[in-house]
Amino acid sequence: MFGRGVFGRIDWITIILYALLVFIGWINIYSTSLTDQSTSIFDFSTLYGKQLFFIGVSLLGIILVLFVESNFFERFSSIFYVVSLLLLAGLFVFGKTIAGATSWYNLGFFNLQPSELGKVATALALAKFLSDIQTDIRTRKHQMYALIIILLPAFLILPQPDPGSALIYFAFFFVLFREGFPLYYLGILLFIVALFVSTLMFGTVWVTIGMVVIALLVFTFKKASLKIPLLPVLGVIIISTLFSLSVNFVYENVFEQRHRDRFTLWLGLEKDEKKLEEIRKTIGYNTYQSEKAIESGGFFGKGFLEGTRTKGDFVPEQHTDYIFSSVGEEWGFLGTATVILLFSVFFLRLIYIAERQKSDFSRMYGYGVISILVFHYFINIGMVIGLLPTIGVPLPFFSYGGSGLIFFTMLLFIFLKLDSNRLKDGI
Amino acid sequence: MKKLLLSSVVILIGFTFIGRLSYLQLFRFSPDQILDDPAIKKIYDYPERGYIYDRNGELMVGNQPAYDVMVIPREVTPLDTLEFCDLLGIEKADFLDKMEKARTYSPRLPSVMVPQLSKEDYAKLQEKMRHYAGFYIQKRSLRYYATNSAANVLGYISEVNEWELKNNPNYVAGELKGHTGVEKQYEEVLRGRKGVKHIQKDRFNRDIGPYKSGKLDTLPEQGKEIHITLDKKLQEYGERLMHGKHGGIVAIEPKSGEILAMISGPTYDPALLVGRQRSKNYSKLHFDTISKPTWDRSILAQPSPGSPFKTLNALIGLQEGVIQPETKFRCYHGFYVGNTLRGCHCGGGVRDLNSGIQQSCNAYFAGVFRKIYDKYRTTDEGMDAWEKHMKSFGLGNYLGTDLPTGAPGRIPDKAYYDKWYGDGRWAASTIISNSIGQGEIAATPLQLANMTAAIANRGYFYTPHVIKNIGNSGAIDPKYTEPHYTTIDRKYFDPVIEGMANVYKYGTARWIQIPDIEIAGKTGTVENFIRIDGERMQLTDHSVFVAFAPVENPQIALAVYIENGYYGARYAGHIASLLIEKYIKGEITRTDLEKRMLEKTLEHEYAKPYSGEPFKINEYVW
Repeated sequence: MFGRGVFGRIDWITIILYALLVFIGWINIYSTSLTDQSTSIFDFSTLYGKQLFFIGVSLLGIILVLFVESNFFERFSSIFYVVSLLLLAGLFVFGKTIAGATSWYNLGFFNLQPSELGKVATALALAKFLSDIQTDIRTRKHQMYALIIILLPAFLILPQPDPGSALIYFAFFFVLFREGFPLYYLGILLFIVALFVSTLMFGTVWVTIGMVVIALLVFTFKKASLKIPLLPVLGVIIISTLFSLSVNFVYENVFEQRHRDRFTLWLGLEKDEKKLEEIRKTIGYNTYQSEKAIESGGFFGKGFLEGTRTKGDFVPEQHTDYIFSSVGEEWGFLGTATVILLFSVFFLRLIYIAERQKSDFSRMYGYGVISILVFHYFINIGMVIGLLPTIGVPLPFFSYGGSGLIFFTMLLFIFLKLDSNRLKDGI
Repeated sequence: MKKLLLSSVVILIGFTFIGRLSYLQLFRFSPDQILDDPAIKKIYDYPERGYIYDRNGELMVGNQPAYDVMVIPREVTPLDTLEFCDLLGIEKADFLDKMEKARTYSPRLPSVMVPQLSKEDYAKLQEKMRHYAGFYIQKRSLRYYATNSAANVLGYISEVNEWELKNNPNYVAGELKGHTGVEKQYEEVLRGRKGVKHIQKDRFNRDIGPYKSGKLDTLPEQGKEIHITLDKKLQEYGERLMHGKHGGIVAIEPKSGEILAMISGPTYDPALLVGRQRSKNYSKLHFDTISKPTWDRSILAQPSPGSPFKTLNALIGLQEGVIQPETKFRCYHGFYVGNTLRGCHCGGGVRDLNSGIQQSCNAYFAGVFRKIYDKYRTTDEGMDAWEKHMKSFGLGNYLGTDLPTGAPGRIPDKAYYDKWYGDGRWAASTIISNSIGQGEIAATPLQLANMTAAIANRGYFYTPHVIKNIGNSGAIDPKYTEPHYTTIDRKYFDPVIEGMANVYKYGTARWIQIPDIEIAGKTGTVENFIRIDGERMQLTDHSVFVAFAPVENPQIALAVYIENGYYGARYAGHIASLLIEKYIKGEITRTDLEKRMLEKTLEHEYAKPYSGEPFKINEYVW
């Protein structure tokens, strides 16, 4: 329809899904930040006015991205990466502290959050490294390089402190897995998480007993022909027990009380119902309020601008991290299910697009983009509906915030640009 | 595998989220949670409570403003505590205590600091209030009494209790509600309907505007005024006459059943139960277990009625055809039950209906009573007939007035005596005391007044009531405008009424006639006993009097019951005659009699059983 230009080759389905998500997000920001004094939606003193401005800036960014040469991103990815690392390091000196985290540069009209830029840069850098003709992900050395590329920015972000953003970088492991990074690493990772959680819930003794019992069952009921060496199994059990002991130590001595409280809440570690309810209302205040707000929406919701808890500002940070609770209260199950569906379709479409790339770089970058977005989506909504402990990450395209929206948009449209170019890549 | 990993993760997450959301929004959702939504506050707008007027349109109960000093702890700035306490008239310790409580309740919300200031205190405070940040004065409405009488009829309002809160969704904590008397009976009319505003709040409990632009809000609806049947002047006069006496008086307009006065002695000023001193006064009244000022003797006391009851036995005798007005009985200064002589004060001789009533002859009525029972084959049948006639006068059961309390009195039936004596082991002579209104019979002053009204009407009565009209419509419950017919034919009333009129002209009440007003009445002198520390002792007789006037076209029927007032014509008779004169003439001609009644008290009688010393009863001290 747009001929042979970039608009003719770009994936419009993705763009429509993107536009829908941004629009629904803004509607909810409007609802959470509307006050009686508000007048025009273009009033830039209001949050929804500002967000509208950021949407405008994002549009400019999209146009910019679409008109840049496709291989520009691949060629300059290393430079982006280095620059973003420098920006992250620079925060220790020049950073602006908001809400206890030194994560921003004050640009006067706008606070820049380099960890957002870092996601784009890391995605590009990782794709560039992995797609290099000399890289072989099956070798330990290259696995190590890949890990360094991923974890370096995470380590710079962690002490800001912004553990949420740092955690996001683990999303890039999906890229590695797609590109042949052995899957058993994922198995080991899941096993470690399971050990950690079960140690907190049941204690080291029961964890060890559990492992021994499972091992015995396996040995008893296995086929006679199947030979399992005994020694390594014993080794795993012993190492796991030691790990379990260290979990206790780390949990009690390295974690702070607020971290422990989050786990207490999440895993229901407190057995006393009354105390648990108390924790839920104090430490778990945000989650409690957001769950209540979502719950009160019912099937049909209370209607646009009718959310009493949203209006009453009962859910803290509702325009940013907890924006989804506003969807729940005002639009009900219909609204939340629609949003979940939109996101799922959006992600599946992106995966489909990534898989059709002929260029390795494009595919790998695409996987980086998708992993980052999925991780945000999973952690954010999981937290808002009370499935995960409180970890502060925004919901892509939804949450209020300039850096977030602009960089998520750039992240996405660089991929769409690469995709629009896929037919030329083969040549 | 590796190509499908991310897609599977996305789908898995999607299902997990939808599952969790279904749990939250479909399973845990309950539609009535707007009630406990912390974001919505309900503010009530209270309408003014309806006024209460007497039958002549005179105000009895209105409203008055009261002023609460309120405090919002967070907004209080350092102040001169001593000066402020002085201004409020409270102790410093008290002040600090209240502040602490208010802060505990909520630093952001108002609490009452000093409740219900008088108008004078308010005037003093008003100009200085602005110096004290965080304090302000809130106006409330309290009951105002335009009379110091009728506390027992009007009742009072007080805060709803926990039981009512749980069982009646119309009230929220702290609201006022009628708890006795007319205030309780006509609560819904007087209360009106409160308006409600829904306010959207934020998490700091601050108001941020109307909820849904006020779509759910309602306006208050004014309480209706009511007119009650009491005659304020008569009521006040009756209470003055009851000064120093225990007992009850009920006056009824026979042609309508409207209660003109309802007096219980001792009583209290209704204004005592309003304002700051309310709880102190209430305890004082409530714990006075000897004179029991909060116990309404006019409808709750159930003494034996005594001789006024004889008129009913006469009517039953006539109706059953066992006597004629001319039927005669001989009085041997008493009458024999078996070989025992029961006394009579009438003077002896041969009595017919007229002189029997006139001189209140016990022997005559014992004779009548026996004849009623003799008419029937068995005592049981006689009892049934007698009981049916008695109950048709509204005795022996709740009358169904529009007052929230009451007592049934007692007309014994055969089951009662079967239980007491055994089946077939009692006869008319066993229960002969019933013929003269003693024995097992009990009636409240209200029932006696109603019975008198039925006689005055020659055979029917209207259920006594205190409501005259409600609001402007005037409609009251139709059950108060339906006549209840007794089982006695109209023609039998005339000879009995003639006898009652003669009580005044020539009989037991001839000393207390009123010039120009023809009265029919009947005295009663009731023996009574109490138990103190397990010992049964007889006290001075209760003085009872029932009367109606004028004999033709009766305007007032009343019953007066004075505890330990000695014989019927003494206290009860005097008071009855004064009330009749006051009501019919509007003024008192016999001022010396009036003066005596206003001044005389029976406190010495009431003190006797509690003195711990032996005492005489029925002393002729006047």
